[in-house]
Amino acid sequence: MNPTIGLEVHVQLQTGKKLFCSCPSDFAAPPNTRVCPVCLGLPGTLPVLNQEAVILALRAALVLGCTINTLSSFDRKHYFYPDLPKGYQITQQRQPLALGGEVETPLGTVDINRLHLEEDAAKLVHTAEGTLIDYNRSGIALVEIVTAPCLTSPGAAKSFLQFLRQVLLYAGISDCKLEEGSLRCDANISLQGGGRTEIKNLNSFKAVERALDYEIQRQRRAIARGEKVRPETLRWDEAQAKTVPMRAKGIAAEYLYLPEPDLPPLYADAALVEKARMGLPELPRSRAARFVRQYGLPPERAELLVATREMADCFEEIAAKGATPLAAANLLLGEVSRLLNAGGELPAAGQLARLLALQEAGSISVKAAKEVLARMSARGESVDNILKQENFFQISDTETLAELAQKVIAANPGATADYLKGKTKALGYLMGAAMKASQGRANPESLKKILAQKLAERPKKY
Amino acid sequence: MTATELTEYYLERSERLQPTINGYISLTRDKALATACHVDSLRRQNRELSPLAGIPMAVKDNIAVRGAATTCASKVLADYISPYDATAVEKLAHCPLLGKANMDEFAMGSSSLTSAFGPVANPWDSKRSPGGSSGGSAALVAAGCAPFSLGTDTGGSIRQPAAFCGVTGFKPSYGRVSRRGLLPLAPSLDQIGTLTRSVEDAALVLQEICGYDPGDPASARQDVPDFSACLVDDVSGLVLGLPREILESCPDSSTSEAVEAAARKFAQAGAKVSWVSMPYTDESLAAYMLIATAEAASSLARYDGVAYGYRHSSSTLEEMYTGSRIFGAEVRRRLMLGTYNLGPDCSGYELGQQARKHISRHLEELFSQVDLLLLPAAPYIAFPLEEELDPLAMYYNDVYSIPANLAGLPALALPCGESRGLPIGMQMMAPRFREDVLLRAGYTWQCRSDWHLRRPREVE
Repeated sequence: MNPTIGLEVHVQLQTGKKLFCSCPSDFAAPPNTRVCPVCLGLPGTLPVLNQEAVILALRAALVLGCTINTLSSFDRKHYFYPDLPKGYQITQQRQPLALGGEVETPLGTVDINRLHLEEDAAKLVHTAEGTLIDYNRSGIALVEIVTAPCLTSPGAAKSFLQFLRQVLLYAGISDCKLEEGSLRCDANISLQGGGRTEIKNLNSFKAVERALDYEIQRQRRAIARGEKVRPETLRWDEAQAKTVPMRAKGIAAEYLYLPEPDLPPLYADAALVEKARMGLPELPRSRAARFVRQYGLPPERAELLVATREMADCFEEIAAKGATPLAAANLLLGEVSRLLNAGGELPAAGQLARLLALQEAGSISVKAAKEVLARMSARGESVDNILKQENFFQISDTETLAELAQKVIAANPGATADYLKGKTKALGYLMGAAMKASQGRANPESLKKILAQKLAERPKKY
Repeated sequence: MTATELTEYYLERSERLQPTINGYISLTRDKALATACHVDSLRRQNRELSPLAGIPMAVKDNIAVRGAATTCASKVLADYISPYDATAVEKLAHCPLLGKANMDEFAMGSSSLTSAFGPVANPWDSKRSPGGSSGGSAALVAAGCAPFSLGTDTGGSIRQPAAFCGVTGFKPSYGRVSRRGLLPLAPSLDQIGTLTRSVEDAALVLQEICGYDPGDPASARQDVPDFSACLVDDVSGLVLGLPREILESCPDSSTSEAVEAAARKFAQAGAKVSWVSMPYTDESLAAYMLIATAEAASSLARYDGVAYGYRHSSSTLEEMYTGSRIFGAEVRRRLMLGTYNLGPDCSGYELGQQARKHISRHLEELFSQVDLLLLPAAPYIAFPLEEELDPLAMYYNDVYSIPANLAGLPALALPCGESRGLPIGMQMMAPRFREDVLLRAGYTWQCRSDWHLRRPREVE
């Protein structure tokens, strides 16, 4: 009894402006400070379509492999609720911007039914004294992406969302911040023999997975008991970890769609689609393949590098400055990733390239490189600045090392004697003493060589 | 004469006649004088000013004016002050605003009887209707309270009151004048236009308000000609089409006779007049009702008492909504019809749009044979205020004007006679964006007739 799952994803387009007016769409502005007569639905106002939003929506359609409708149009979706200042939402019901896409995700092919532009509603804030309305969100530019009911597990749903987030971020279409609501997901799920339920309020990918898991169990039990699964809209309650029926939203359940008489049809001709395509970056999948081809990276390193656009871009910049590609990849996926996960900043590619070059030339030790990197990431300082302040340069100079070796030998006659008697372990002790004396800056390989050489030069009389 | 003196004159007359005519919903004396004073000071500085600078105006109360009441003649918006100017009002910023003109509630009506602020009297006979919905705009110009006014026309709301009040009413092509700031009745049909004493004045006002506006997506990217240059007393070579069915079935014979007489006069002036067929007046009306009610039901959904306008306080959301939507009977009737048209069991809106396409196509074909259509502006002359007209008979008022709205055509209503002491109006329609032909023919008519110069006797 496999579940049938379909997702409806709302993605905020990264245009900086609303869909039908030029109010800024920044997050967390003080309530009702990003509003104008248009997004407040004041009498006599008219919507003017944001052309950048159209380009971004077309880009989304392209990355999801959708067929773009040359002619799409807008509709008014009516319901009475205080989050809707005009009494209707402008959306694309009859002729959406794009139809029928298909994407390859790590967990299989997902079919896209449609993609359309629409405006967001206002935000209601329920308080003890009553309900307040923040219209900052009213009119924000969204695309709604609807998958076919082709997902068969909560994991597949989660995997699709992760994939979607990655490509949308990559292509600069949306910042996809779930916690800020710039990517929101509703899930539809049914089991054979039962009705379909819709789950809303899914605030994280984990919530999507958990809510679907919960709903599968609930529906399965109901069907097993011979009960009916009622088609209804549910809300995921994170605290109780269960789905609960939602209150009816509008007074009228019928949306009474009307072709939007204020807006002419949207004509996405070849030139406009081309303009959208021009702005598309190379997407992760093909980029990873190219990294293997062009830089000779192992495929799994390449996959990891392209996970975010910043990391992949950074890698290419470092490689372009002459660093060994594998070393650059290892630096980024190792130490740099560790620092990023700890909340650090990604240092500039040029700085990372310089660090790698110094390390490869033996000018600084691996250990010193780590320390320098930590400071770069935390404080954004340049490599050379850090090196100037702190003496991180590695001592590889033969004369200095020879001097050091002489000193250590002279200061440790016992260990020297032991070594010369054939106790090779004593060399380790002498190395330790020499490293300590150089404050860790001696190039260990060169030092070891020189130390052994100096010891060999000692008179045999000992 | 200074703009201030001129404005004072019109304000005084407007205020004096307001109890008789009730042409205004609000008078804006301070705003008018501030504008007049500003224009006078610019003139003293020898600044270059538009021909209309300092000429006062009245604006229909469904057009937004910043800082002024914009009520749509409805209790719902009785206390609503617009925070912005309609584009047309912005363009006429140098015209002192005398006040906001009375109208049918939300422009739904042909009598100005449905206003929540009381009916408007026809200056020719105060016991009769000035027509509607731009009844206040027409009555104020007829009564000499305002040199010109802005009205709106969705199905005849400029032309029918112009005919009833004996003034010149001009509805430009759909898309000519920005609708930004026009409180919609039916967005796909609405158009702002002018009510003036002459075609010459209409040309001056149209010159200022027409033109592409990026703030209205339906606004046309179409060059605006020099309208005053179109005013030539010459119709030779023009072909005028007389719709036979309309003239034969017009319920008021004095109207059809006056229009036919006008046709003869045009023929004498060198125009060619030929009979044409427009056999779909009833269908036009039906299509109009299907489309306009559906769009109105949608456009008026926003009046819910939440963010602005009248709010009924209640503990439940549903009661707040139902209690806040205090529309009058005619608005309620149309909202119910429109909601039904949009519902899942009715394809009324699509049906209306299909009929609209057919009618528009037919009109387009007609205009390959004629330059202009000449027909009555309305089937009746001004009717008595107390007469209880049933809604269907009231809708019939627009039967001759609606085709122009369905097809987005420019149309002009002109005084062309009198019957029982009341004005008769004729109407001319032209192909889309051919306002120039209407101005030329209308100007020729007014050079050769004096109906537009007559004044109502009741309001000396």
